[in-house]
Amino acid sequence: MKCELCNNKATVFYTQAVQGGQKKICLCENCADKSGLTDPGAFSMVDILMDETPEQAQPVMVAEVAEACEHCGFTLEDYRKVGRLGCSQCYTAFLGEILPMLAKMHHGIKHEGKVPSGMADSLALRKKLAAMKKDLDSAIAEENFEAAVKLRDGIKELEAQVS
Amino acid sequence: MKHPADWMIGKNVNNEVVVTSRIRLARNLRDLSFPGWAKKAERVAAMDKMRPKVEALKVMKNGFSHELSELEPLQKQVLVERHLISREQAARGQGSAAVVDRGQRLSLMINEEDHLRMQSIRAGLRLREAHQLLSKVDSALEKDLEFAYDDELGYLTACPTNLGTGMRASAMLHLPALVLTEQIGQVLQAVNKIGLAVRGLFGEGTESLGHLFQISNQATLGESEEVIISRLERVIAQIETHETNARLKMLEDEPNQLSDKIGRAYGILGYATMFDSKEAFSHISLLRMGAAMGYFPEGTMQACDSMMMEIQPAHLQLHAGAELEPEERDIIRAEILRSRLQTLTAPAINIITNDIVGGSEITGDLNFENE
Ligand SMILES: [Zn+2]
Ligand SMILES: [Zn+2]
Repeated sequence: MKCELCNNKATVFYTQAVQGGQKKICLCENCADKSGLTDPGAFSMVDILMDETPEQAQPVMVAEVAEACEHCGFTLEDYRKVGRLGCSQCYTAFLGEILPMLAKMHHGIKHEGKVPSGMADSLALRKKLAAMKKDLDSAIAEENFEAAVKLRDGIKELEAQVS
Repeated sequence: MKHPADWMIGKNVNNEVVVTSRIRLARNLRDLSFPGWAKKAERVAAMDKMRPKVEALKVMKNGFSHELSELEPLQKQVLVERHLISREQAARGQGSAAVVDRGQRLSLMINEEDHLRMQSIRAGLRLREAHQLLSKVDSALEKDLEFAYDDELGYLTACPTNLGTGMRASAMLHLPALVLTEQIGQVLQAVNKIGLAVRGLFGEGTESLGHLFQISNQATLGESEEVIISRLERVIAQIETHETNARLKMLEDEPNQLSDKIGRAYGILGYATMFDSKEAFSHISLLRMGAAMGYFPEGTMQACDSMMMEIQPAHLQLHAGAELEPEERDIIRAEILRSRLQTLTAPAINIITNDIVGGSEITGDLNFENE
């Protein structure tokens, strides 16, 4: 799971009630600190991230275990019943539930084996793409339109490759 | 597909104790529901995406490719008995396919528990060779198919027990002497202690048909394929040594009892008119050990391996060309064995002399951890 601000690994998960349901954001420790998430008094950054004024500002730190996988609809309860998952994205949704068990059944929790070459390429592409989008935002913010146009074209090209 | 593959009868390899080596890799398509959760239409769509790529592999030229729904129950069962598809896949129908190469050394199951289960089998202790072939196939497929993969967790699989490498390496071992000398429990315990799984071929624990045992890695995450295979190879080589030593010790301590056992097995197989699987397997097992120890002419061990394949229920029915009740099976099984035994020379009881076992050291060390 990636930090929504900088693409580092997200370790802090924040959910809160908003109109019509729940909103969730995932941040790395660094960004969580900067956004004031770890300081219960400050919510300014959170409000921006949520795009909406929270109905009730009650930050809750939760372990990342969703009730269901948003991608395939498989539920946590299903997993507890059958011990198998619904799709590859279930690993993100139920990671908090799965991780503690992995150490018991395997010789570690970090993959040490083969890396698919095609995947390594596309992972790198996706990372590059995220970085370019960030640059584009700052270029626009700085009104450096020449750079922004170049970046926009580059992003379009990369996006075509990724998909 | 009419005849068993070379690996099934151990052609041209030393497979006296390590009968076969097998590697299996699990792979899944990114973001698509795993077969157990996918709706039928999704399963079929996933199959249609993978199957042409699998069939187009160079190694699959002139291979066998069928959707499970196209196969008769008996055909499926034959494939299971040859270890080319799993029991789990045999239970599936539409949206699940099996693609097997001409030499039956490589089989790819589409939509089993995972989207793709690729496996390769070899006679003898040849895990590395099997893995090399599979890794090549895997690399060829990943050019066209985007496999679900995560930097931390490796290849993502339907069951978390297969995460990481997605690799299960296993070997089938023939351990009659360890069973007869009652050392098998100790060996299995030692193997379990270092995190490897052992089970009897058609049963649990020490209950095993034909004294055949399968040993495999349990952990798939946290170690490379190389580390997993090396450990397994080391342990298998040690078990092989223990089995060989146990055979020599029987020969040294009780030569008459040993030849009596082998001679009886030969006699019973040659003349009995009814056999259930269990009994047949136990006699063939003794014959097989006798063959490895020089009681029979060359080629006898291969004959034993092909008998073990032929007397399984689906193979029997294929042979008879009809569905058979269990009792009819027992009769046909004995018929096949009687006719096979007629082509085998009787055991040469006198060729074993003390010279052969003279200088052998027998050690009882079962501690794998210090190796
Ligand atoms: Zn961050
Ligand atoms: Zn899912």
